[in-house]
Amino acid sequence: MATTGRVVGVNGNLVTVEFDGNVLLNEVAYVILDEKRLKSEVIRIKGNRAEMQVFEIIKGVGVGDSVEFTGNLLSVVVGPGLLGQIFDGLQNPLPQLAEKCGFFLDRGVYLDPISNETRWIFSPAAKTGDIVVRGQTLGSVPEGIFEHKIMVPFDLYGTYKVRSIVSKGEYNVKQQIAELEDENGDLIPVSMIFQWPVKKAINVYKERMKPVEPLVTQIRIIDTLFPVAAGGTYCIPGPFGAGKTVLQQLTSRYADVDIVIIAACGERAGEVVDTLKEFPELTDPRTGKSLMERTVIICNTSSMPVAAREASVYTGVTIAEYYRQMGLKVLLLADSTSRWAQAMREMSGRLEEIPGEEAFPAYLESVIAAFYERAGIVKNIDGSIGSVTIGGTVSPAGGNFEEPVTQATLKVVGAFHGLSRERSDARRYPAIHPLESWSKYSGSVNVEKAEYARQVLFRSEEVSQMMKVVGEEGTSIDDFINYLKGEFLDSVYLQQNAFDQVDASTTKDRQKYVFDKLLLILLAELKLTHKDEARSYFNQMRQKFLDWNGSHIDSDEFKKGETEIMDMLASKSMESVEEINEKLNSLV
Amino acid sequence: MQKIYNRIEEIKGNVVTVRADGIKYGELAEITSAHGKSLAEVILLYEDKVSLQVFAGGRGVSTGDEVRFLSRPMMVSFSDNLLGRIFNGRGNPRDNGPELTENLIEIGGPSVNPAKRIIPRNMIRTGIPMIDVFNSLVESQKLPIFSISGEPYNELLARIAMQAEVDLIILGGCGLKYDDYLFFKERLEQGGSLSRAIFFVHTASDPVVECLMVPDICLAVAEKFALKGKKVLVLISDMTNFSDAMKEIAITMDQVPSNRGYPGDLYSKLAARYEKAVDFEGQGSITILAVTTMPGDDVTHPVPDNTGYITEGQFYLRNGRIEPFGSLSRLKQLVNGKTRDDHRPLMDGMIKLYASFKETLDKKSMGFRMSDWDEKLLKYGELFEKELMALSVNIPLEKALDKGWEILAACFTPEETGMRTGLTDQYWPKQ
Ligand SMILES: Nc1ncnc2c1ncn2[C@@H]1O[C@H](COP(=O)(O)OP(=O)(O)OP(=O)(O)O)[C@@H](O)[C@H]1O
Ligand SMILES: [Mg+2]
Repeated sequence: MATTGRVVGVNGNLVTVEFDGNVLLNEVAYVILDEKRLKSEVIRIKGNRAEMQVFEIIKGVGVGDSVEFTGNLLSVVVGPGLLGQIFDGLQNPLPQLAEKCGFFLDRGVYLDPISNETRWIFSPAAKTGDIVVRGQTLGSVPEGIFEHKIMVPFDLYGTYKVRSIVSKGEYNVKQQIAELEDENGDLIPVSMIFQWPVKKAINVYKERMKPVEPLVTQIRIIDTLFPVAAGGTYCIPGPFGAGKTVLQQLTSRYADVDIVIIAACGERAGEVVDTLKEFPELTDPRTGKSLMERTVIICNTSSMPVAAREASVYTGVTIAEYYRQMGLKVLLLADSTSRWAQAMREMSGRLEEIPGEEAFPAYLESVIAAFYERAGIVKNIDGSIGSVTIGGTVSPAGGNFEEPVTQATLKVVGAFHGLSRERSDARRYPAIHPLESWSKYSGSVNVEKAEYARQVLFRSEEVSQMMKVVGEEGTSIDDFINYLKGEFLDSVYLQQNAFDQVDASTTKDRQKYVFDKLLLILLAELKLTHKDEARSYFNQMRQKFLDWNGSHIDSDEFKKGETEIMDMLASKSMESVEEINEKLNSLV
Repeated sequence: MQKIYNRIEEIKGNVVTVRADGIKYGELAEITSAHGKSLAEVILLYEDKVSLQVFAGGRGVSTGDEVRFLSRPMMVSFSDNLLGRIFNGRGNPRDNGPELTENLIEIGGPSVNPAKRIIPRNMIRTGIPMIDVFNSLVESQKLPIFSISGEPYNELLARIAMQAEVDLIILGGCGLKYDDYLFFKERLEQGGSLSRAIFFVHTASDPVVECLMVPDICLAVAEKFALKGKKVLVLISDMTNFSDAMKEIAITMDQVPSNRGYPGDLYSKLAARYEKAVDFEGQGSITILAVTTMPGDDVTHPVPDNTGYITEGQFYLRNGRIEPFGSLSRLKQLVNGKTRDDHRPLMDGMIKLYASFKETLDKKSMGFRMSDWDEKLLKYGELFEKELMALSVNIPLEKALDKGWEILAACFTPEETGMRTGLTDQYWPKQ
């Protein structure tokens, strides 16, 4: 008999329930409201009373309403057919929900996350009599461009013997494809889908490795100065309107990964619509297929129930971990983790827990750390290497990074891409601050070269500060040139035009190539004697470089652009280009 | 069947507690006290204790007052009879018209399925060049007007209300000064727009709790009209008052404040309202413009700060004009490519030059010598401010673009504007 209970208190979407029987922490329960069943999660238990967060609008619930406990933890369904889908935070498929309910999100309607209609071509890999453990491959189905491995469900601990397995053919996800016998001789039917609790990391791998291989985002300032590693973590804090979402949208398009999971967590619905409508039209240059085929969108936007927002990032990361099991490179983008933290804060307040800074719960840090800990590059039991990389935006109150969520995040991530108001106001996009941001990973560009560029920026900033006091008049020509070099580096390399077909994404090879040329200009001692002359020289150089950035790498225009830039450099350089090249080589 | 209780156990601020059975969360009750009747809404249930927030406030409520539960949540009447009418924050008439009771609809309904949303595509023309040219307003957009008291934000709202090409205007007043309420009424009457407008006005002298209802009522009515194919513009003044009302209730309820006294769910509460802005495919739409006054002119104050994280840009109203810097319509690029081919380059070019003008002003104030170029910029800045930026300017987009070229031509040569030769050839005014 399943445990039942009755509502004894309602405080916002926190409901107190008196129950008889046993109740599990984080178990799913339903509040019965007329014909509707409102999904909830147990978040605290005291004696025979449980406190639950209700994932739906709570209006109309009263004391005495009955509650059904399910005995299952809050879980997601995994299996073929997740790619290309749009789910809410609890894995309800939104387009299908729209077909059923129209414009609005009716509460209490839950549809199968993975439709049982689709037929998949299953090819068995295991044979009758094989001994298998959880995570081991039983067979596979093609899902878009991937070979989707059908694995022994991850919650089947121990060893099993394959008693039967279907032959190659078409099956629905709920159909039995194998039967496993456990150590007691009990038979367990297995289909292509199973459930996994969202708050539990999937740990079915042989070993977890150190993230070293760069994950190329095709955003120059990131890949060159503040790289991200496959299996690593990074965060993008920034005030409103600084470009967090645009940056994530660019990454979701151009990053060199197999699968992208977008967790739109408590932000604007309109922004998800951009992705929803555009991705099916855009082709993934790596595969020639639509970008949607490699994407899963978890969409729990700001006006959707807050408790489900808390769940949505976990739903996202669980799906990411599942695909990692297949040896794929997965990127999870969460926008914004602050909304998730706020959801926790709301619930903590209702539970009357002792508040920490800015009323966030005391466990904020450990929860954030545990979430980012779910990233990682692993060697799976079949030897394949898969990774989950997590990038989260942070929306600090007042744009001030000295606040609990930013600080807790900075403690655990491997790279920090801090957006600055000054840069976004000056339309210097992406507005990642080149002096304040950092990364612990090494990128595809040589470290010493990147360090040199950083020094240039640093010197330039120093001069710029000084000029504010003494004016241009009081600045020496050498300092002034250093200042211009930094500005030049910023405008032609760190800034990138998101709306230009070519400039929007820069491949790793192109970055290396262009960066070397750029360094030549930065390394050169220039024959410029007047400030006006210097300014105009760099203005022209900038124009040429920007045009060059806009030309396809294998076009004549590109070659021509390069020649012009090198000629212009030679015309004012004290050394020959060969000599500067030597300086460049001696950097590394 | 209505349940009536005669024993109020606790009165604290605007919240009263009674013991009652079978009450639902969000249900309404009517409290009859010596000062008259007031509605109240259930905000907390614990065993047989029911806490309600009293719309007319807790003052004057006695422990012996009658509490009658209505077995329904807060609702508002919806029909074409609303048009041209003025109501208070509870939805009762403020004009001399009849009380409306037909076709009651719930307020604060569910959110739109993101999968049903479409990419916004229509511009709303306002006749204000700083909006139409530089930060186009887009149908279904949600935008705040960041301002400080003393600025003419209500005048701006009234002007947009009268000129915007929409079917219907809903004005929500949250803590509106009585004079401002009268101002809105007169302006819309004079402009002949009252018949396509509906007012839900909570004035500064009305009970605070009633302020909390205003955005929800406005948006519930707007949603129904939008579903009937109407283009609705919702104007609210002022969301900071609305937020302060929430703060007051939160403190009464002993909630731990997160930031300067505001409750931790301020973001979610504001977002739930702003996200009602929508374009229903095949039907109508809701566009929201809401004044957000910034206490101490501080944009990092929790109300403007949280708002900025929710809305699709913002208009800064400062010194009587919409500031070109800081103001941003994040959706403008969806519509300004389809107007005239000089729209985008002119917008960018003029703003860049205006930025140079500001630098020159700084230099001038520091006593540096003005070059010829500086003089040109100074002239440009002055003309720009007078002929395009001033709120009194009222011209259609195309006229405003022409005006932009005229201003440029009065100050610069075509090369000096940094604009493409093709464009200047086509649009540069002939002598
Ligand atoms: N890389 C970019 N190139 C050009 N414009 C940009 C870029 N990044 C941001 N913008 C501009 O800034 C606006 C705001 O950007 P975005 O929505 O990404 O901000 P955000 O940091 O996510 O803000 P919020 O915290 O409010 O969600 C965009 O609508 C766009 O106009
Ligand atoms: Mg954003």
